[in-house]
Amino acid sequence: MTAHVRKQLVVVGHGMVGHRFVESAVSRGLTETYDITVIGEEPRPAYDRVALTSFFEVGAQALSLLPSGQYADPRVTLRLGTEVVAISPRHRIVTLSTGEDLHYDELVLATGAAPFVPPVPGRDLANVFVYRTIEDLEAIREAVTKGTRGRKARVGAVIGGGLLGLEAANALHQLGVETHVVELAPRLMAVQIDDLGGRTLNRHIDKLGLTVHTGAMTQSILGDARGRVEKLALKDRNPLDVDIVVFSAGIRPRDALARTAGLDVAERGGVLVDGALRSSDAHISAIGECAAVQGRMYGLVAPGYDMAEVVVDRLLGGDGSFTGADMSTKLKLLGVDVASFGDAHGETEGALELTYQDAVSGVYKKLVISEDGKRLLGGVLVGDAEAYGILRPMVSSGMELPENPEELILPASRGGLAMDMPDEMQVCSCNDVTKAEIEAAAADGTTTRAGSTCGSCKTVVKRIVEDYFARQGVVVDRSLCEHFAMTRAELFDVVFIHGYTRFDDIIEAHGTGRGCDICKPTVASILASLLNHHVLESTNRTLQDTNDAYLANIQKNGTYSVVPRIPGGEITPDRLIVIGEVARDFGLYTKITGGQRIDMFGARMEDLPAIWKRLVDAGFESGHAYGKALRTVKSCVGSTWCRYGVQDSVGLAIELELRYRGLRSPHKLKGGVSGCARECAEARSKDFGVIATEKGWNLYVCGNGGAIPAHAQLLAGDLSKDELIRYLDRFLMYYIRTADRLQRTSYWMDSIDGGLDRIREVVVDDALGLGSELEAAMATHVESYFDEWRATVEDPEKLARFVSFVNAPGTPDPSITFREERGQIQAATTDGPVSLGSTIPVGAGR
Amino acid sequence: MSADVCRLDQIDREGGVAALVDGEAVAVFRTHDDAVYALSNYDPFSNASVLSRGIVGTRTLDDEEVPFVASPMHKQAFDLRTGRCLDDAATAVATYDVRVAGGVVTIGAKREPDRLG
Repeated sequence: MTAHVRKQLVVVGHGMVGHRFVESAVSRGLTETYDITVIGEEPRPAYDRVALTSFFEVGAQALSLLPSGQYADPRVTLRLGTEVVAISPRHRIVTLSTGEDLHYDELVLATGAAPFVPPVPGRDLANVFVYRTIEDLEAIREAVTKGTRGRKARVGAVIGGGLLGLEAANALHQLGVETHVVELAPRLMAVQIDDLGGRTLNRHIDKLGLTVHTGAMTQSILGDARGRVEKLALKDRNPLDVDIVVFSAGIRPRDALARTAGLDVAERGGVLVDGALRSSDAHISAIGECAAVQGRMYGLVAPGYDMAEVVVDRLLGGDGSFTGADMSTKLKLLGVDVASFGDAHGETEGALELTYQDAVSGVYKKLVISEDGKRLLGGVLVGDAEAYGILRPMVSSGMELPENPEELILPASRGGLAMDMPDEMQVCSCNDVTKAEIEAAAADGTTTRAGSTCGSCKTVVKRIVEDYFARQGVVVDRSLCEHFAMTRAELFDVVFIHGYTRFDDIIEAHGTGRGCDICKPTVASILASLLNHHVLESTNRTLQDTNDAYLANIQKNGTYSVVPRIPGGEITPDRLIVIGEVARDFGLYTKITGGQRIDMFGARMEDLPAIWKRLVDAGFESGHAYGKALRTVKSCVGSTWCRYGVQDSVGLAIELELRYRGLRSPHKLKGGVSGCARECAEARSKDFGVIATEKGWNLYVCGNGGAIPAHAQLLAGDLSKDELIRYLDRFLMYYIRTADRLQRTSYWMDSIDGGLDRIREVVVDDALGLGSELEAAMATHVESYFDEWRATVEDPEKLARFVSFVNAPGTPDPSITFREERGQIQAATTDGPVSLGSTIPVGAGR
Repeated sequence: MSADVCRLDQIDREGGVAALVDGEAVAVFRTHDDAVYALSNYDPFSNASVLSRGIVGTRTLDDEEVPFVASPMHKQAFDLRTGRCLDDAATAVATYDVRVAGGVVTIGAKREPDRLG
């Protein structure tokens, strides 16, 4: 028997590419042979550096690619905050900053790149930064919000008007800094786009209040007596008065370790590797931005991912190689879509250009076409890059252009070409997924990584999947149920336009049969949204699901739970005592909910009115915990007590909760208000979340917790309270009118063509002219609100239904049983029908 | 053996009530055409006595409109006429004979579900 010695693989660097290498190594079985140790110098695991500019908005955790901090595979060890200080290829040893030596059989360098800071005098002054890591962004934020040596930064310059420079400018702009962009070249993004594209982009950026200086050469940064930035001196121009400078003038491969280890490096930097990513030492590979593949460096994530796959493949015995990369890019810079793909500058001999320009709306599009007019070679899109998802794959697949290629960039064109794409066409370039692979995944119900990195191909992926199913004859039936051949939104319109108030009239005119447990509650919800009558009016009460029918939440043993409204989570000691007394007197189990209120469980249906009576008399009302309706607006304590709070979050949460209480909707609705950016109310996990800023309120929409959590997205920022309420009124009513049954706001947003942007157009820009109608509908709701518990307690006709047995109202249901745990009751269930045992049942038992 | 349990007008159209018959809970339903049906109130899926609180409707099966109640717990549908579960052929609940005379609903003999294949 031979001892099986496992081999050791060390990865230096835990950025996006290092992380992808490990993920691929695990999923493809490399850890069967190798133990993997990953050494990362940053204090946190790999994060999405491509999305770095969203850090201020979403925070570090949301960007993390490995939120748990470790890999599930125990054969992978991740060591963070540790540097490799030396490599000895001869002994196959790396030395760590801790002094340890690690032996390796294979070494993978994924050390990435470092920002390039040109040798400008003054670059060592305080408040001069680079833009690469989360720590860089935190330092920039601190300089703006807390200040450096007693002064907060107000005016800044970003040196570099390329892709990264504009991202850095966006970050400064987001922080409220008056921002200058200084670019040496005559236009912005000189590498990716052309003059007209650059000019179009320039106009967009000017409009946002940033100042762009092209053809401007930075000579020096001047400081004041305390070593802080004061001015930026430009050649042949007036100096700029700035107090913060961010360099974003390109990157350089981090190859110092390789150099000192004696590995070959490329002339312009980077670990020189062959097509198999092998360095001059056979056991050392390099991938990502630190590698110079046959002398060329690639500063994008997609080629880095490809390199990672090639190395995994080689270590598994394969012979894959890296043959160059698609350098296409699509991104949103300062809210402007910019894309560049293929031969964007028309460098191919004989190339023809087809351009479309709309200076009014700020759209510029260029296609570069082969001399014979048959193939697309590349292009530039500024202001509207929707066509990118179709155009880029057309370049890489070399497919023939349609008859009228201009259709591809004219505004009306939405690119309906998915069906004509060849199977081998690469749809997702970040993860190298082809059309055929997407279809195969659709066929067997699995998934691909397509669309999971930059997301630019999502619309094309969706279309491919839809076309696939359409070809299979799968019709996506959007009928509500067998009784109504229409969607909830269509049914809403029907009810609204005709002014129906009764289910019988609706199903008679527009449906078939007598309805079911799907359409009846849906109609009930629509009627409640439109009319705000009592849900237990005799004409409609049989439409209600049991929770609405009994204004409480049914539990597993047939009892109910009762949740009084506690707006904003604010409650007096006296009211707390009332809740305690009611729970004690009716023998209920009590629990604090996640929505900052108190739930009382185990109420027998016939006891509900008496419980409500006690609560209503003490000033409580229904919390609608049972309804597809507004539940709570959660809040942190805010500026009334908190030393960090900048606004009164409790006050606003109470106001919003009282405004929207009782509002019936396609699914439950939750809100949250945080009094400062620390976000203690977790508002961004709600359907609508409000976060205080120094200037007002930021409104986020379409988040949720639950099985598939979604972060709410910024709809509008720095709003006054009136603006906030106006947008919320419109948003909620727009959702209620157009969402599907049981579709929460995040899914609703995904289902809307144009997603969040479209919602913003309707809600903020009032693009459909619906604003005043939606506000009026909400005003009607607010005015007609009443407490349905009180209205029930006061109406003998409604109360008559709250009996255990119609022929023995005083007899408790014998099947309801409880057991005790931790000093309170818990629901118990029985194995079969329970008899009171007074008589012998008719017929033989089983 | 029979028991008068309520007046017909105590049951909402397309609604149900629970009644206590021979010590057991019976769910009594009234459909849109004033037909009355009675099932055991006990939902065998959730082991809770709740069927009377379900939504009443119709489902088309083999071109026939079958009246049913959906359990309020997990929505399984039961045929009001036979007690058979429309979503799970192996499950059924007991039915009861029902008579309506002079506006009064009378529950008669309990019929255990047929042996199901």
